[in-house]
Amino acid sequence: MSVRSINWYKYAAPANFYPLAGKMIPSLTGITAVLFIMGLYLSFFVAPTDFQQGEAYRIIFIHVPAAWMGMFLYVLMAVYAGLGWAFNARLASMMATAISTTGAVFTFISLVTGALWGRPAWGVYWVWDARMTSTLILMFLYVGFISLQSSIDDPRRADRAGAVLALVGLINIPIIYFSVQWWNSLHQGATIRIANKPTMAPTMLAAMLILLAACWMYSIAVVLVRVRCIIREREREAPWLAEAVA
Amino acid sequence: MFWWLVWRDLILAWRRRADVLATLFFFVIVVSLFPLGIGPEAQLLRTIAPGIVWVAALLASMLSLGRIFGNDYQDGTLEQILLTPQPIYLLVLAKVLAHWLVSEVPLVAIAPLLGVQFGLSQNTLGTIAVSLLLGTPVLSLIGSIGAALTLGLRAANVLIALLVLPLCIPALIFGAGAVEASVDGTNSQPWLLLLAATLIVSLVFAPWATSAALKISVE
Repeated sequence: MSVRSINWYKYAAPANFYPLAGKMIPSLTGITAVLFIMGLYLSFFVAPTDFQQGEAYRIIFIHVPAAWMGMFLYVLMAVYAGLGWAFNARLASMMATAISTTGAVFTFISLVTGALWGRPAWGVYWVWDARMTSTLILMFLYVGFISLQSSIDDPRRADRAGAVLALVGLINIPIIYFSVQWWNSLHQGATIRIANKPTMAPTMLAAMLILLAACWMYSIAVVLVRVRCIIREREREAPWLAEAVA
Repeated sequence: MFWWLVWRDLILAWRRRADVLATLFFFVIVVSLFPLGIGPEAQLLRTIAPGIVWVAALLASMLSLGRIFGNDYQDGTLEQILLTPQPIYLLVLAKVLAHWLVSEVPLVAIAPLLGVQFGLSQNTLGTIAVSLLLGTPVLSLIGSIGAALTLGLRAANVLIALLVLPLCIPALIFGAGAVEASVDGTNSQPWLLLLAATLIVSLVFAPWATSAALKISVE
């Protein structure tokens, strides 16, 4: 190995990653809080009232970032799980496990906020619209991953089995998405279509993007906290952990 | 080896006929429960028949998935099979084929008869059979992934359903869509072609994922 090369693999070892994550968490939490306050201020006090939907539309400021996070995090989880499986990298598998809960929470939030928004916008809580249905199925995929991992006692097997499931799900997601869309157009008569939204005011977009950044920071911070818990649980025999905790 | 494995599984299934029949009767009972729950109105039943038959087939095949690898895993045969020099891909395919012949083909055969209960036309009954013929192998293939992942776990059967059902949604949509198109008198061919495409994709990828899962579970 040449002298100049940076050792990228250093932080793949839980012993090195654990203190690094511990150092990052406070600043990430701070950034998350600042971004949330900024985003919420913009979305509640600065963004103009929508002339079609009134004040109720403001729920999109949390709904849309949550829906995006739910999807991104599934892909991220599958990538981490795949890396952990392919290269036998324990930390990547732990990351996948840590991400799964956060992803499920965001997907759940997007479903709930979508339903609460649907009531004033369309007059019903739930519509079998293609996007809502595929978000619901995404939620099922998360539930499957989490319940598979939690019912396997051996952590190595849980990691790998979860990886297979997450990757199969990842291949399946486009197929599910298109099938749901075609299914929805087959039954078009019965559903309420989401009208094309008019182009957004710049402040609305800014508020939404800031909240998206806040959700990202929150996810990273929470995942790091969770991955530290997983490390402590799985490496409890390791001598370095006793030193790090002491 | 491929055909030997298929033949062996068929013989084993024949010696435990009751298991197969139980799945079949589950299917029949579930389908027959819907008119009792909804009411005997012919028009309504005709509209919902495609969905009911397909969902019931999906549920019935969940019941039998645990048996693809479960018994072989418990008595150690599975480990011996995996140790043979044959490609695991083919061995998995043989197990899945045997499962399909034993547990799914009877469903396909009896489904048109159940369609008669719902007052469907002859044409539609044919579409039911064709759509199930194309769709049930997909259920077996995708189901084998779930079965391999949950080998030897507590509550494996519930878990299989939880893992496999969301992944089977495309097959359900295409299959039920084909039957529904036939009930409405429109062309059901596009749906059947989509179903066939799903079958081909899962035929290529699913045994691969299943073999990976088997290696993880048996190790």
